[in-house]
Amino acid sequence: MDNKRQYEVVFIVDPTIDDEVTKLTESFKQIIVDQGGVVTKAETMGKRQLAYEILHKKEGTFVLMEIEGSGREIAELERRMRVNDRILRYLTVRVDPDRQRAEKLRSRRAAKQAKRAEKGAHGRRGGGVEFAESNSE
Amino acid sequence: MSTNYEDRPRGGYDNDDDQDRRGSMGGRGGGRRMHRRRVCRFCIDKVDLIDFKDYRLLLNYVPERGKILPRRISGNCATHQRMLAEAIKRARNIALLPYSTD
Repeated sequence: MDNKRQYEVVFIVDPTIDDEVTKLTESFKQIIVDQGGVVTKAETMGKRQLAYEILHKKEGTFVLMEIEGSGREIAELERRMRVNDRILRYLTVRVDPDRQRAEKLRSRRAAKQAKRAEKGAHGRRGGGVEFAESNSE
Repeated sequence: MSTNYEDRPRGGYDNDDDQDRRGSMGGRGGGRRMHRRRVCRFCIDKVDLIDFKDYRLLLNYVPERGKILPRRISGNCATHQRMLAEAIKRARNIALLPYSTD
């Protein structure tokens, strides 16, 4: 089991250095690539009001990155972000287990629906019992 | 959606007896007031994954105080409440939602 792991990294950059955000993001991307990871997505979510003050800042620029890799590049990235005082906050979430689970749920629901449709086509005269709505998971 | 659910008296279910008695005596008691059809919005919408970045959605389940709305109020199913709670906690961490207000 040496599957690639998928991560979502969100970090908040000090909004006063707005013009440097792209440069910063680029350098982080470089770190990931150097460590053998793949950056599948990197986008700026824009400047936003923070729900609470961080380091006496009320606003921040949010950046989202999606990364695929072994986990080692995440450690390096987090270390860098911790040291950098322009990064107000970061959050890394491993997303592949949740996505897999969502995929499973979706396919199961599709199967269930197909089964129900089939049943409806054949057993019409059996009364409408099987048409009872079942919204439960 | 009512957001000030905390204003309700504690142990409201014990008071239900009272209400019922009044109701049977021919008053206009309205019967069981807390009885609402419980439906999980996420099940209806067939949501498989609740994203912590979607704070607009999460905001519906965070009353003014900043707490997570309990599922006895929202009517969410256990699975989705778990996902929702996780998402809200993540959103709090990166300042999309407050930990507490005032």
